[in-house]
Amino acid sequence: MNEHAIQTKGLVKRYEAVCAVDGLDLTVQRGEVFGLIGPDGAGKTTTMRMLAGVLRPDGGQALVLGSDVIGNPEQVKEKIGYMSQRFGLYEDLTVAENIDFYADLYLVGRKEREARFKRLMEFSRLGPFLGRLAGKLSGGMKQKLGLACALIHTPDLLLLDEPTNGVDPVSRREFWKILYDLLAEGVTIFISTPYMDEADRCHRVGIMEKGKLLISDTPEGIRKGMKTRIIEIKCANPKKAVALLQKMEGVADVVFFGDKIHISVRSQKPDESSIRKFLEKQDTEPRSVRAITPSLEDVFFELSDRP
Amino acid sequence: MEDAVVVKDLTRVFGDFVAVDRVSFSVKRGEIFGFLGPNGAGKSTTIRMLNGILMPTSGQAHVLGFDIYTQVDRIKENIGYMSQKFSLYDDLKVIENIEFYGGIYQVAKQKRQQRYEWALRMAGLTDKREAITGALAVGWKQRLALGCALLHEPQVLFLDEPTSGVDPKSRRDFWDLIGEIADRGTTVFVTTHYMDEAEHCDRLGLIYRARLITIGTPEELKYGSMPGTVVEVEASDPVRAADLVRNVNGVLEAAVFGANLHVVVRDKKEGIRTISRVLAGAAIEVTSIRPIEPSLEDVFVSLIRSEDLADENGARDAAGS
Repeated sequence: MNEHAIQTKGLVKRYEAVCAVDGLDLTVQRGEVFGLIGPDGAGKTTTMRMLAGVLRPDGGQALVLGSDVIGNPEQVKEKIGYMSQRFGLYEDLTVAENIDFYADLYLVGRKEREARFKRLMEFSRLGPFLGRLAGKLSGGMKQKLGLACALIHTPDLLLLDEPTNGVDPVSRREFWKILYDLLAEGVTIFISTPYMDEADRCHRVGIMEKGKLLISDTPEGIRKGMKTRIIEIKCANPKKAVALLQKMEGVADVVFFGDKIHISVRSQKPDESSIRKFLEKQDTEPRSVRAITPSLEDVFFELSDRP
Repeated sequence: MEDAVVVKDLTRVFGDFVAVDRVSFSVKRGEIFGFLGPNGAGKSTTIRMLNGILMPTSGQAHVLGFDIYTQVDRIKENIGYMSQKFSLYDDLKVIENIEFYGGIYQVAKQKRQQRYEWALRMAGLTDKREAITGALAVGWKQRLALGCALLHEPQVLFLDEPTSGVDPKSRRDFWDLIGEIADRGTTVFVTTHYMDEAEHCDRLGLIYRARLITIGTPEELKYGSMPGTVVEVEASDPVRAADLVRNVNGVLEAAVFGANLHVVVRDKKEGIRTISRVLAGAAIEVTSIRPIEPSLEDVFVSLIRSEDLADENGARDAAGS
């Protein structure tokens, strides 16, 4: 059992003229949370569906828990839990009926079902809502029910396609707590998200754009490899400073927030002190100028700007 | 000039459910105001009242000086609204969607052509005016929807989760546009679940269980509202460490971030000492432990947790007395 949870080589999927997934090489180890991040249309969902055995690749190979997604998709489906973006719920069925439906689908035996059901209720805290129609649940609860359904057959690998879209921060944290609890039980988690701040919760991330994997590493490793420095500026006259910084040599990007400015610098110069001097000369009264840890969103901008 | 939005003790009750409970705040002209809160907290109900779609149960509110009870039509003429679903017709051309909204918002005839061209230019869609809307990438659709919401030159723009499902590049461009719109004097009232977007706002209000629980600039929230200090802990078994730390007195919240955990402690020094001791006792190796700047998500989650805690204590006191 020391093979990888997921291993793909040159995986390809085309839709007519568009190459949605373009020669993807990806390795996910057992027992890790791997995050696939990238913008809309990068190929995340297509990748996820191929790995779930529900979409046949046009080329390349993919092994999921040792089973071949092309040669043996049924075997793959038995071993994994897959939660699609719509959570795959029947809105006109109750919470309990949805779970039962998935248990039937996965041929979960009666005895095992009871034990599993109990366990799923413990972590999802859906117990009080068993009789409620799925369509009447809040976004965060639907998401938990979707997860419970994907876990009914005790899979070793969870594929989660943008599970936190439109979910508020508190529910999002609760959801991640559940994921870490599953991880502690030995489940490998492969999750996609368009939100770069979520990547910091993963052990390793892959950044995907236009069907290709741009990089794959730990969040820390990715940041270390970055050429761009991000400098945060707080000053008395930020709007004037933004206009000036946009024209400053060596500044690749200027992002204005309510009370601060972030600039991206791709070379040694300008540095903090030269920026401070520059702004002081222009009467923008800088209060603080300091280098900050780049976000993974910053990393994404650097990588996708490359020729 | 008076504030763009002034709300005082605004309340809405549905049956025996209080959706909005005596909420008071004001939004200055030209300000980007972020309205945050979990689903079901009362965000949409508040916005619907401010847009004149829903009558309050009690309290007052004025938008651009117009009373939401008696001057709904004046409010509707002067505000723009864009929802996360964009409300565009996919089978119409870009220019046809703009013309459609121009009609709905009753843009004056002599101004129409000029406003349509403005919307196309602002959205960067001048070359795509004849394109079918459904074929556009999400980022373009979003800017088209923004253009449509601004055709009648509203003084207040309401944005309801405008960037759900939009990629990072388009999101940055979008916020640049919002900044320009606010610079020209339009007030922007925006709801979002994404804290990196909340950072773009001049001021933020957080609504939870129908009540406004904090309001301030992002910086004020991080350094003034946060009910504790965020400590980052690098530990050998972060999942188990979080479970252990979560039950410790003085710890408000513990969340795993990959190889680290973020722990919110009421007192910095004592918190660090206690965490170190508890983890050492459980044979978990700690390689680093240090206070960090809270993110807005940390602030948001901690405020809600302490609100829950206060409610639980209140309930216990009530039961005990």
